[in-house]
Amino acid sequence: MTEQERNERYNQYVEAKIAKTHPWPSLFNAFCIGGLICVIGQLFNDMLLDVFPTLTTQNAWTYTLIFLIFIASFLTGLGVFDKIAVHAGAGTIVPITGFSNSIASPAMEFKNEGIVFGMCAKMFVIAGPVIVFGTVASIIVGLIYLFV
Amino acid sequence: MIDAENQTIYFKKKPHIIGNYAIVGPKEGKGSLNSYFDYIMKDDLFGEKTYEKAERKMVEQAIMGAIDNAKISPKDLKLLICGDLLNQIITSSFAARAFDVPYIGLFGACSTMAESLAIGASLVNAGYIDNVACTTASHFSTAERQFRYPLELGNQRPPTSQWTVTGAGCSILSSKGSGPVITCATFGKVTDFGIMDVNNMGSVMAPSAASTLISHFKDTNTTPDDYDLVVTGDLGKLGSEILLDLMEDHGYKLGTNYNDCGQIIFNGKQSVLMGGSGCGCSATVLNSYILKKVRTKEFKKVLFVATGALLSSTSTQQGDTIPGIAHAVVIESDDEVDRKNAKKESE
Repeated sequence: MTEQERNERYNQYVEAKIAKTHPWPSLFNAFCIGGLICVIGQLFNDMLLDVFPTLTTQNAWTYTLIFLIFIASFLTGLGVFDKIAVHAGAGTIVPITGFSNSIASPAMEFKNEGIVFGMCAKMFVIAGPVIVFGTVASIIVGLIYLFV
Repeated sequence: MIDAENQTIYFKKKPHIIGNYAIVGPKEGKGSLNSYFDYIMKDDLFGEKTYEKAERKMVEQAIMGAIDNAKISPKDLKLLICGDLLNQIITSSFAARAFDVPYIGLFGACSTMAESLAIGASLVNAGYIDNVACTTASHFSTAERQFRYPLELGNQRPPTSQWTVTGAGCSILSSKGSGPVITCATFGKVTDFGIMDVNNMGSVMAPSAASTLISHFKDTNTTPDDYDLVVTGDLGKLGSEILLDLMEDHGYKLGTNYNDCGQIIFNGKQSVLMGGSGCGCSATVLNSYILKKVRTKEFKKVLFVATGALLSSTSTQQGDTIPGIAHAVVIESDDEVDRKNAKKESE
């Protein structure tokens, strides 16, 4: 048996040995908590439009996003966000709360290495790829829009 | 098939563990071995500004505690052998500044406790040196930031992952005095069975443990039944199950006397997935629970196999497979060794 065959066989064996977990409980949690975050966002949005009738819908959306980003960062700072996210999974990652947490958590973590090369540089260590892909995608869409 | 033999060295001059000390974090302090630990920290920062500094302070306290336990004075200490998980082993080297003692820094990942004991026992047995401190530590929060994600990041851990133990352990070896004796050591080979998943260390290290154990049993002409306890460092639940399978494939049956430090340090209710890991895992369990039981003669002969995964975040990002290693030492109670020697002489 060559080393490669041995390793392939071992990897297959390990794969089979890992206890299979059911996705349903985590899907259910993600659905409920993710849904709850969206409901909170919608309530805030509707409340804004009620309290400030002159506000455009577009601006209300922006304020709602800022509100959710603030809440997520605030809860990250209090050390609560990760405790919710352990149960929520994609439920807290997919809404903008996940993005906010992914910036706030490394900023907190690396502040000991200094403001510039610690906090500011490491702030985008997780969210960086999202920003790069988002920017590239928007350029491509923009070009398509220009020519089509 | 795993092919291994002739990796064992024997210590005839009885290197004793004359003192030992274990300090752990608050989570470990709530685990099932909490009554055995010498000191339980109230918080992970241990009064320091950063977790790295806290880890250093843990090592310093473990060494001082072991010196006290050995009833020697700090100036009697002649050598410090220390290792940890952080880049450039800063915990060990920086903690060594606090001691006016020659220092050897080791990197064997989580296998460091057994590695340091094996090297320390070799030096003591050769008659070069007495009062050698063998120590190692790990900290959950420093390991997380180096190998994984920021602490407050809201992600879920894969079910095969383990929990790095916050803790430090230290043993002091000397040919004079009394206490458990290190009778032999088996140095392990680096094994790589092609596992790439950083969240599945148990399956990386299980073949390493198997390789070292097979060599040990062959070299010493013993079987698992000859030991009161065969204990691995931090294979966790999955890794231990794999080890049992691998050993059975090679004709060795590990029975109820087998256990894994990663599985016993926490209790079943703590959410640590497959169990504990890190240098501190085997170091704290050895220097509390195991050595105390050897002193009270509940365990007369223990085979201690510390296991390590030798990866860095760079090697992982470049798509390399993860090599593993395991070193073993046999720790016997003082009486047991004397009894055996007397038996040999009468023969």
